[in-house]
Amino acid sequence: MRRGPSAFNRTSVIAGLAFLYAPIVLLVLYSFNASRLVTVWGGFSTRWYAALAHDAQMLDAVWVTLRVGLISATLATVLGTLAAVALVRAGRFRGRTLFSGMIYAPLVMPEVILGLSLLLLFVALGLPRGFWTVTVSHATVTLCYATVVVQARLSAFDRSLEEAAQDLGCTPLSAFLKVTLPNIAPAVAAAWMLAFTLSLDDLVIASFTSGPGATTLPMRLYSQVRLGVNPEINAVSTLLIGVVAAGVIAVYLAQQRRRARS
Amino acid sequence: MKRPWLAALAPYLWLVVFFAFPFLLVAKLSLSHTVLAMPPYAPQLDLSQGHAGLTHFVHQLTFETYVRLATDRLYLTAYLSSLKFAGVATAILLAIGYPIAYGMSRFGPAARQGLLMAVILPFWTSFLIRIYAWIAILKPAGLLNQALAVFHIGTIRLLNTDAAVVLGLVYAYLPFMVLPLYAVLEKQDESLIEAARDLGCTATGAFWRVTFPLSIPGVAAGALLCFIPMVGEFVIPDLLGGSGTLMLGRTIWTEFFADRDWPAASAVAIVLLATLVIPIVLFQRQQAKVLS
Repeated sequence: MRRGPSAFNRTSVIAGLAFLYAPIVLLVLYSFNASRLVTVWGGFSTRWYAALAHDAQMLDAVWVTLRVGLISATLATVLGTLAAVALVRAGRFRGRTLFSGMIYAPLVMPEVILGLSLLLLFVALGLPRGFWTVTVSHATVTLCYATVVVQARLSAFDRSLEEAAQDLGCTPLSAFLKVTLPNIAPAVAAAWMLAFTLSLDDLVIASFTSGPGATTLPMRLYSQVRLGVNPEINAVSTLLIGVVAAGVIAVYLAQQRRRARS
Repeated sequence: MKRPWLAALAPYLWLVVFFAFPFLLVAKLSLSHTVLAMPPYAPQLDLSQGHAGLTHFVHQLTFETYVRLATDRLYLTAYLSSLKFAGVATAILLAIGYPIAYGMSRFGPAARQGLLMAVILPFWTSFLIRIYAWIAILKPAGLLNQALAVFHIGTIRLLNTDAAVVLGLVYAYLPFMVLPLYAVLEKQDESLIEAARDLGCTATGAFWRVTFPLSIPGVAAGALLCFIPMVGEFVIPDLLGGSGTLMLGRTIWTEFFADRDWPAASAVAIVLLATLVIPIVLFQRQQAKVLS
């Protein structure tokens, strides 16, 4: 029998969550502040959201960020799923140590180093920096996260199902595509979402690898934040938090329902 | 699938080109002559001259940038303070992350799912935005000082101090500490505690002799997962720290964007990487063990 939470346990969890959420809640509240001074409450207003709709630079940055995110997350998911299959199924192969090293290292590697090294690559290749260099850089970093997510699910998958399909006349490849892939699909979707969100959030790598005409939303926000707090930043941030939170919660609820049915 | 290793080809090639190869470029640039301008930096490798081109290239490499790093106190200070910030923040994270993870593991299955979700959710929301949120709280006329004024406590200056950087690091990395700890604590077999209690352990004794030692893999994973990226952190010291807050990530950024000294930026990156290589290898070993 598991003992229930003690008063101390409850307090630590509640205090921890309060610490995590208080700044976010305050940020959201003050995005509805009528005053230009971010930290002085001047009544409820949605004027900063209206101002946002006319901020062409901000809207442009949102559009760039979304395109970079969609393309890089898709690339990262495809490559990451392939990498996960190789790591789980191939056993020992030549160069496996280097391969798994390259997969896990970017997970903890400081972003400044990744950004700098990618930039030097693009300079050495003579590629003009812009939309595609950011996209490729994001795909490189997020593919590692995608691999870990898919790998966890794939290694828990019962291989005998795939073998049964082969006994029933499937070729090895079609057994994988028809049996295994649908089974790991939730993990593949989660990997895509993770890659997309990471790309959406990234400031450091984008700053190094981006060029004129490809300013992402975090880069735009960062240059404004450096000038000080500003209610319009609160408004963009609230929208961004809302969209991401809605997405994550929707996926979570869908998974819960799946689990309840099965 | 008959040859699963074939699946590795595309991602392997991708990572060699976009991850491994660029590190050689960083290493090469760190050994180049400092020219405060745009590239190309001398020496350049000219393979059309075959072996002669290669030896010429190797002879031209110089350690002058590293000598400069070693002799300039600014770099040494940045190096040591990066380790100090990351170390202090990791210790605080363990101290507050452990009770949270432990507390979560005590709840029933349904509540645990919800709590897990609540801890993961901030991780999905933008890092930059979560740090930005603290500026409004910590600034001189900010929300914290307004709250203190209500209770007639004097104001405190936090923004642009080292304390704010530690606070920011702890805040941003808390989910990375709680999740690995929770993963090991949740799986722990309750009957082990009962056995310890039956054999005469006090509740505290059972915690320190059974629960904590069994959770060491989680402690190690959480500490590495936080410590390694924190050493190279850029956004937090830049936005919450003062002009005197030196950290390596910020140094690389400044050398690169403000001073346009690419060889120095590369050399600092190599030093940072050399420092982190052992923790990174430990982390990889552990990941590989957990996932297979």
